[in-house]
Amino acid sequence: MKKFTSRIDKEKLLLAAAAPVLALVAALVVTALVILATGKNPFPAFNDMLSYGSASDSQVYILNKATTYYLAGIAVAVGFRMNLFNIGVDGQYRLAAFLAAVVGGAMSLPGIVQIPVIIVVAMLVGAMWSAVAGILKVTRGVSEVISTIMLNAIATAIIAYLIQPGRLGQLDSAGTLVSTKPLPDSAWFFTIDMGPAGQLWGFIVVAVLAGIAYWFTLGRTRFGFDLRAVGQSESAAAASGANVKKMIITSMIISGLVAGLVGMPTLLNDTHQFDNSFPTGLGFTGIAIALLGRNNPIGIGLAALLWGFLERTTNHLEFIGYDKEILGVIQGVIVLCVVIAYELVRRYGLKRQQQRVGAELAAQAAKTETEVTA
Amino acid sequence: MRRVSKIAAAGIATAALALSATACGSTSSQKDSGTSSSSAGGKGVKIGVAYDVGGRGDHSFNDSAARGIDKAKSEFGGSVKELTAKTTDTEADRVQKLSDLASGGYNPVIGIGFAYANSMKQVAAKFPNTTFGIVDSVVEGPKNVDNIVFTEEQGSYLAGVAAALKTKTGHVGFIGGVDVPLIKKFEAGFNQGVKDTKADVKVDNQYLSHGSDTSGFASPDKGKEAAQGMLDNGADVIYTAAGSSGTGAIEAVAGKKGAWAIGVDSDQYQQASLDKYKNSILTSVVKNVDIGVYDLIKSVKDGKPLVGTNSYPLAKNGVSLATSGGFITDIQPQLDAAKKKIVDGSIKVKTTP
Repeated sequence: MKKFTSRIDKEKLLLAAAAPVLALVAALVVTALVILATGKNPFPAFNDMLSYGSASDSQVYILNKATTYYLAGIAVAVGFRMNLFNIGVDGQYRLAAFLAAVVGGAMSLPGIVQIPVIIVVAMLVGAMWSAVAGILKVTRGVSEVISTIMLNAIATAIIAYLIQPGRLGQLDSAGTLVSTKPLPDSAWFFTIDMGPAGQLWGFIVVAVLAGIAYWFTLGRTRFGFDLRAVGQSESAAAASGANVKKMIITSMIISGLVAGLVGMPTLLNDTHQFDNSFPTGLGFTGIAIALLGRNNPIGIGLAALLWGFLERTTNHLEFIGYDKEILGVIQGVIVLCVVIAYELVRRYGLKRQQQRVGAELAAQAAKTETEVTA
Repeated sequence: MRRVSKIAAAGIATAALALSATACGSTSSQKDSGTSSSSAGGKGVKIGVAYDVGGRGDHSFNDSAARGIDKAKSEFGGSVKELTAKTTDTEADRVQKLSDLASGGYNPVIGIGFAYANSMKQVAAKFPNTTFGIVDSVVEGPKNVDNIVFTEEQGSYLAGVAAALKTKTGHVGFIGGVDVPLIKKFEAGFNQGVKDTKADVKVDNQYLSHGSDTSGFASPDKGKEAAQGMLDNGADVIYTAAGSSGTGAIEAVAGKKGAWAIGVDSDQYQQASLDKYKNSILTSVVKNVDIGVYDLIKSVKDGKPLVGTNSYPLAKNGVSLATSGGFITDIQPQLDAAKKKIVDGSIKVKTTP
């Protein structure tokens, strides 16, 4: 029996790895075809992606980007594990980063106090914004998909209103950029100097800690068990004693807490202010990354790195004469292929399992039969 | 299971180590300069351009810059490398674009649009021997940047005068791409021009997207919808300052008889792709980005690069009203009078609404 379980696990692991690999290969083939269709040779493009992507400054860029994407992926994955589609990560992180930037710009305390204050403000704002969707869902039955999309638009409008000069924003000297008051130097998060390759954002440490917390909470605690149980079957979870409504609000809030962190690497390590060029759409990137990483903390990390790699290298593809739209094609195809590949692999695994169970049952039946006849 | 996961962990760890080992190797610019130095044997200027969202072909802002680049290229020869921003670009992407261009030996490197301000500040400091240019913003600090700025509010004021004189319903509209300070200059000038000419004309002001959402500069569908809404409310002259979204607005206006569209940045009457609608394009507030860009390239070629802030106001024809189609010939005297007053300073056009 022991041997039997170990075989299943090995196969499970293989199957789990098969899906993303299958998806990547399919995506590469489709991308190659698309590049061919534009009348260019895909192989120099892939070759350039490898050599440019492995340059030291590219690696720093990829790690920095992945830090943000990883947090976005985790924020979405918390909801996914419980069958909640938190599309609102986008609005949550932007509102959180904006208000945290305002608070940070208004204070000048020692960094050891100020940085945690900024981060906590961001997390609380993110949680507050996602809690709105959670409360609407449990009290009024509003689908979180609809409410979070709307909350994204409301967040955009609130930021646009508040960031006007004279309210919480200020105008630069050229009169073209509005931003919040820049954070004082004491509020800058540490960076690791990589020489000519650039600065590696220190926030990567926080991202790793968030990943460990995610793994521990979901996989090793009673709460995580309840959360996954509610995700798989609400009625079964309710029967086993989980308070479904409370779980929905709590997981929405956790998702929002993590979403609040998404803008922090950019704010604390890079721009040090919130302005019109603050990155948007990270919440949606997070959805793709959580899907690709199968809500697994390590998988999400690999997906985030892959996304960073693709962005870095396709930017350079434009430089050597390929179309910049290739990035969108590759990313879109990967996500599509991933969804398809997971389904294919899942069905294959199910079939294998059924076959094996069938074979065992048959063997057992044969055994009892021989016993009876004997 | 245990063994498999151990093996997997070991595999990942080695791969990561191998990757970080190569990190000690060369940066991309070192790799680049290795390859490009062999290919860069041509004469003339090597112009590097980073366009804003929409890029070449937006019929508006970016195309205006592209004209200056094309003119310089045909006169001086050499090569041009053009990169285009995406709406999802972050500071790091913009830094990458500008650094790629600078380390590829392109000089000057021109950022089209204020979005490049912060990234140019960093990159220009790293490449002191390259001349940079930025349109619509001022980069403070590095001494090798040409800040090309325009007085959009003055051109928009004239558009306001034209709109007030041409409206029959006494109702006009302004559509801005994104509610950023730059576009508010257009709004402020247009509104002031309308009110100074005919105080009782009503002006609707609308923006297509807000804050950090820059999609309003590249969404013809949003432009069309907004213009349709204004037309339905009775406006009959609509001025759109929204990059490529403007083409949607012009399309909507062309669908209503007697209504006029006012284009922006380029002379939109002349654009082949808008040919179907050109009889509805009253005029365009032309922002001669091409002049600024051309001047910069020429100065680099002559070995005396322009740096610091170079303003292109109405007085220097940095902004003007297009006359193609002849639809504003009848009101030209009033427009000239308004222009004269702005140039001599008796009218001060506001830059904020």
